[in-house]
Amino acid sequence: MKLSRIVITGVGLTAPNGNSLSEFRANLLAGVAGVQRREIRYMGTQLAGVCDYNSLKHQTKKEVRVGTRAGSISIYCAREALADSGLIWEAVAKDRVGIYIGCTEHGNVETENEIYNISKFNYDTKFWSHYHNPRTVANNPAGEASLNLGVTGPAYTIGAACAAGNMGLIHATQMLRLGEVDLAICGGVSESIHTFGIFAGFKSQNALATHADPLKASRPFDKARNGIVISEGGALHTLERLDDAQARGAKIYGEIAGYHVNSDASDYVLPNPARQAECVRAAISRAGLVPRDIHIVNTHATATPLGDIQECEAIRAVFGEGCPDTSINNTKGYIGHCMGAAGALELAGNLPSFDDLIVHPTINVDDLDPLCALPGLVLNQPRAVAKVDTILNNSFGMLGINSALIVKRFVP
Amino acid sequence: MTKDECKQVVLDIIADIAPDEDLSNVKPEVRLRDQMQLDSMDFLDIVMELRKRHGIEVPEKDYQQLASLDSCAEYLTPKFDALTGKS
Repeated sequence: MKLSRIVITGVGLTAPNGNSLSEFRANLLAGVAGVQRREIRYMGTQLAGVCDYNSLKHQTKKEVRVGTRAGSISIYCAREALADSGLIWEAVAKDRVGIYIGCTEHGNVETENEIYNISKFNYDTKFWSHYHNPRTVANNPAGEASLNLGVTGPAYTIGAACAAGNMGLIHATQMLRLGEVDLAICGGVSESIHTFGIFAGFKSQNALATHADPLKASRPFDKARNGIVISEGGALHTLERLDDAQARGAKIYGEIAGYHVNSDASDYVLPNPARQAECVRAAISRAGLVPRDIHIVNTHATATPLGDIQECEAIRAVFGEGCPDTSINNTKGYIGHCMGAAGALELAGNLPSFDDLIVHPTINVDDLDPLCALPGLVLNQPRAVAKVDTILNNSFGMLGINSALIVKRFVP
Repeated sequence: MTKDECKQVVLDIIADIAPDEDLSNVKPEVRLRDQMQLDSMDFLDIVMELRKRHGIEVPEKDYQQLASLDSCAEYLTPKFDALTGKS
């Protein structure tokens, strides 16, 4: 079966260090991180990646009040992606649009808020909000975007822990190829900084980052790394079949070359390097490539002591020493871990490399952990390279879900 | 509580639950729904905020009493007075 070629034609994002792709990219090249101190309910001051996009750019005050942060981020990113795509939205058939949004989790924020609310009323549940259910249903972020945009095609979320951002794009690719939709708005979002439970959970797991300087706190591959900085954010891409994109003369960021998703089936939280390596190999194979053809690997590494080593083990197994043109980087040093948004956001940050031939570095590596010393690792300073034709984006999540997505330079 | 004060209580709640609306010229005799964007969830908000802020209970059978500012005042003023011991 000949599969349609799928291309990325628009990007909308909000990250802790930028509210557009151009701003985000400029900060990735300039080494500008976006982590700050934040008061977390019951937990005091913690470090977090916080977004400062203007929610009222695309929502009414009432929409912001009634909806969720994840919904708001989804609406912002979707509207920005559509604007970037050059599509004339009024002319788009809304029943042929799909919204596929990856989430690590949804509903924790809203449930915690309601429990806190009724704690002020002696836990009398008659004070529990009638908005609780529409806010906490798992499809909430995509549903809010469909309401805001008037999209009447399929709009739902994809729960895939921290692999979810990649999964949004992968699922969209599949749906476009099946002819289910003609335009997909896809990627991932995170509102996780608004739930103390995520912070407390990682802290109890000894996996929550601490550092005197918030901007240095997220430091994948550094010997002194001590855990995750939890962040909010989002990135949604518009995906189209190539012939549709060309017919309207769309700008094309890149083409989906290959992907793979698999499961560790080995542990609730510990990654499995063998399965990760299998996932990456399968994605490369589906793209019709070999490892040395991959020019940028954006690693998932979250700065946990063990997780980084295990991903490096997987990457070493696939790329070894025979890939002189493969650069390896990481985005979490800048923005922390944007959870369900991570995959889609980190991919977006690397897409401009097709044009500027610069690989943004992984930052905050003062003392490289020898166990993370991969050939091709781009440390602390951007690297100009001769060729960027392929980007491999890794996103892995709890319960052992692995995703690898490859985007290639568009060549007609 | 006067009926005007009661209307102001309701308007203060509406200002929070419908923050995009211009409330400077609300006609008290006209149904709220006919002069601003309010849906059934918003009316549940009004009921909830009366409960939270003022300890006033509005049973479901009486929701229609909240249709306009005038009907709100007619219905709610005695409830406020009962709370404060006035008859």
